[in-house]
Amino acid sequence: MSADARRLRPVDVVIVGGGWAGSIMAKEMTEAGRSVVMLERGADRSTAADGAYPASLDELEANFRYRLFQDLSKNTVTIRNNSQQTALPYRRMSAFLPGEGVGGAGLHWSGVHFRMPPDDLRLRSRVIEKYGRRFIPEGMNLQDYGVTYEELEPFFDKAEKVFGTSGEAYMVDGKVVGNGNVFSPSRSDTFPLPALKDVYTAHLFRKAAAEVGFHPYSLPAANASRQYVNPYGVQMGPCNFCGYCSGYACYMYSKASPNVNILPVLRRHPLFELRPRCHVLRVEKDADGRRATGVTYTDAQGQVFTQPAELVILTAFQFHNVRLMLLSGIGRPYDPVHNEGVVGRNFVYQNVTTSTVWLDPKVETNQYIGAGGGGVAFDDFNSENFDHGPLGFVGGSPVWVNQAGVRAIAAANAGGPPGTPRWGSAWKAGMIDTYRHSLRIDAHGANMAYRDVYLDLDPTWKDAYGQPLLRMTFDWKDNDIRMNRYVVDRIGDVAKAMGARRTHLVRREFGVPFDTRQYQTTHLGGGAVMGEDPQTSALNRYLQSWDVHNVFVIGANAFPQGTGYNPTGMVAALAYWAAHHIRTTYLAQPGPLAG
Amino acid sequence: MQGVAGVAACSTFLSSRMRAATPPAKAYTPRFFDGAEWDFLLAACDRLIPADENGPGALALDVPRFLDMQMDTPYAHGAQWFMDGPFVQGPDNLGYQLPYDPRTLYRRGIAGMNAHAATRHGRPFASLAPSVQDELLQAAEKGTLAFGDIPSRVFFDQLLANVMEGAFSDPVHGGNTRLGGWVMLGFPGARADFMDWVDRYGAHYPLGSISISGETA
Repeated sequence: MSADARRLRPVDVVIVGGGWAGSIMAKEMTEAGRSVVMLERGADRSTAADGAYPASLDELEANFRYRLFQDLSKNTVTIRNNSQQTALPYRRMSAFLPGEGVGGAGLHWSGVHFRMPPDDLRLRSRVIEKYGRRFIPEGMNLQDYGVTYEELEPFFDKAEKVFGTSGEAYMVDGKVVGNGNVFSPSRSDTFPLPALKDVYTAHLFRKAAAEVGFHPYSLPAANASRQYVNPYGVQMGPCNFCGYCSGYACYMYSKASPNVNILPVLRRHPLFELRPRCHVLRVEKDADGRRATGVTYTDAQGQVFTQPAELVILTAFQFHNVRLMLLSGIGRPYDPVHNEGVVGRNFVYQNVTTSTVWLDPKVETNQYIGAGGGGVAFDDFNSENFDHGPLGFVGGSPVWVNQAGVRAIAAANAGGPPGTPRWGSAWKAGMIDTYRHSLRIDAHGANMAYRDVYLDLDPTWKDAYGQPLLRMTFDWKDNDIRMNRYVVDRIGDVAKAMGARRTHLVRREFGVPFDTRQYQTTHLGGGAVMGEDPQTSALNRYLQSWDVHNVFVIGANAFPQGTGYNPTGMVAALAYWAAHHIRTTYLAQPGPLAG
Repeated sequence: MQGVAGVAACSTFLSSRMRAATPPAKAYTPRFFDGAEWDFLLAACDRLIPADENGPGALALDVPRFLDMQMDTPYAHGAQWFMDGPFVQGPDNLGYQLPYDPRTLYRRGIAGMNAHAATRHGRPFASLAPSVQDELLQAAEKGTLAFGDIPSRVFFDQLLANVMEGAFSDPVHGGNTRLGGWVMLGFPGARADFMDWVDRYGAHYPLGSISISGETA
C-alpha cells in the first residue's frame, strides 16, 4: 500500500494529533531547532471562529450535535463488557466524547487542572509498603509509573504557567503558604493565578465539608481568574463564569486551550507546519522494524502521502494512540489469555458518580453560572490519603462541587428527583424545582487496571479507511464499586451538614455492567502505559517505545491505572518531561533512553 | 492561509443561521412530516410537555416546528452516527445498533404508534382522549410496543430527546418561542457573563433571558 503513497520531503519530527500533547511537543521541538509537521485528522479550529460570541453559545449545536467532537461516522470503537461477548460499535456519542480538530479535546474541555498525587505515581509500591502484597486483588494489574513526583515537579510547574492555572497552593518549598489542599505535595512555586471565586453552591459545600471535618480546597482551574500573559507571550482574559465551558471554545480566551495558549506562537514559527484534515493510517518502519521512517496518511481529498521523519511522536487521544500502535506493529499486542504483551494492556476509565442535593426552595443555586475547572473539592478519601487497610479496596475519589454551568437542555434531561416521570406536568414541576434549587456533588474516583480489561483490534468492523476499529473490553469491578460506595456515603454526611431538603446519593451498583448509553466522562486512560519493565509497559519512563526507539507516545494512554484526578494536567506534564529528555539526550544521540 | 480559511468557515456558520429565518409558527407548513405524522407530533408534544401552571407547553414553544426543521439537518440523516454494518443486536447497555437514521425512526415510529392506536382504539393517536394518548406513550416508553424491528422505547427516547431540545434550545432552531422554555426554567440563555454576580450569594439574578439573535424575554 505504501508504494502507492506519494513520498513527501523529509522533516525532522512528525507529530500525530493537534491537541495539548501535540502542541506542547511541537513547541518544544521547534525550540530545539527541529522542523516539525503536525498532522491533525480534524478541521483547523481557532477561538476566533469556533468561540465567536454569541453564535457559539448554542447548546444544541455544541452539546447535542457535537460540533467540536469526533466524527463517529468515519471512525469509532467497538465495546463489550467481557471477552465472551461480541463487541458492538459505539454508534452514537454518549458515554465518552472524544474531540477532533486542531486543539483536540483541549479546545472543548472544562479546565480542571491537577498534578498527579505522589502516591498515585508509585501506587503498587505504596500499597505493598502499607498493606502487603496480598492486599492487591487477584487480576488487578497494579503498577508504578516509573517516574516520581519530584522528577515531574518542574514540568507540572511549567504546564501550570503555560495554562495560566488558577488555584491556591498549600505548600511551597516545604513551607505552608496558604489554604490549599492539605494533602497536596510541596510545590516549587504558587499557582500563576489566584483561585477563582467560589460559585454559591461551591461556597455552601466548602462550609459544610469543613464542618464535617474534611479539608476543602479550591479546584485548580485552567480558567484564568485574572488577565494573564503566559511564558509564550500569549494573553488570556479573565473568566466571567459564563457557564459555557465543556463542549465550547471559550469566547473570553479564559479557558486554556492549545488554540489560545500555544498555537498562536507555533503557527508563526518557520520550522512548524500544521496540516489539518490529515488522517494518519500507520507509522512506517524500516526493514528490520526497529526504527520508524515516518507516517502514512490520507488527506481530505483521499490522497495518500508518506511523510518521512527522523522522529515520530504520537499525540492523538488516548485510544487512538493505542490503535495506531496496534495498526503499525509497534510493541507487542496484549494477550489477555496468557497475560503477555503490552499494547492494549491496562485500559482504564474514571469511576465517577454524581449525587444531587436539594436545598430549601428559598435558596436559588443559579446553576447556569459556572467555570469549567472551578469549584471546591476535598481529598480526604483520594489516593493514599486515608487508611485503606480496614476498608479492603485500592484507590480513592476526590469529592467536589464543580459547577461548570448547567444549561437548559441538560436541565430538562436531568429531570426531577428519583421517581419523577420523564415527561408531563409532574416532570415539569420536578425539573424546574431541581434546576433552581439543587446542586451536584461528584465522587470522581479512580479505576484500577485489570487483566481482563483491555484494548485490541476488532475482527469485524472497519473505519472509513478500511482499517479495523479498536475494540474495548471493559467492565466495572468489585474493588472499584466498593470504593465508590464508601466515598459516596461520605457525600451523605456533607449533604446533611448543608441542610439538604432531599438527597439523592448515586452509587455504583454491583452487577450493573458498564453502560455505553449514559454519559460518564471522557477520561479514558492506559492501553500503552509507561513503566520500568518492558514486560508490563509499552513505553519506558520517558514515554518512548521500548521496541522502536524513535517513536514517543504521549497521552493518558501512559497511565498504568486510573487516578481520582482529571488527566490533562498529568498529560501536559508528561509531554514536557518527555520533551525535556528528547531535547537534552535523545536528539544528540538517538537510541533507547532506558534499557 | 489557515487562519483565513477558519474565518471563512465561521462566517458560513453564522450566515447559514441567519438565512434559516424561522417561518411564523401559525403558518408553518411541515416539509418533512406528512399530514398524519404532523397530527401525531402536535398531539404527542402536547402530552410530553403540557401547558400548565408552571409554564408554556411544547405547542406554544413550537416544538413541532423545531422537529420538522431538524429533519433537514445532517444529524437527521444519521451523518453523525456510525452507520456501517453489519448491524448486530446485543444487550441494551451496548447501545443503539439499528440501521436507521432519525428520519427513518420518526417515519416508522409514528406509523407504528398510529397503527397501535388504530388496532386498540379504532382511531389514529391524535384523535384519542389525552388519557388514552398518555397510556400509549407510557407503553412506548416502557418498550412494550414494537414497530417492526424498532423497539418502541427507541422511538420514544428519540422523540423525547428531540422534544426537550426543541423546548429548551436557542430559538434560532425553531423552538423555544419567545424564550418560553428558558423563562420557565430561569435560564438566562446567551447572557453568559456573571463576572459581577458570581459571589452575590443568594441574590436573585435580575436580568432576563436573551437569545443568540438578541431576542429578550
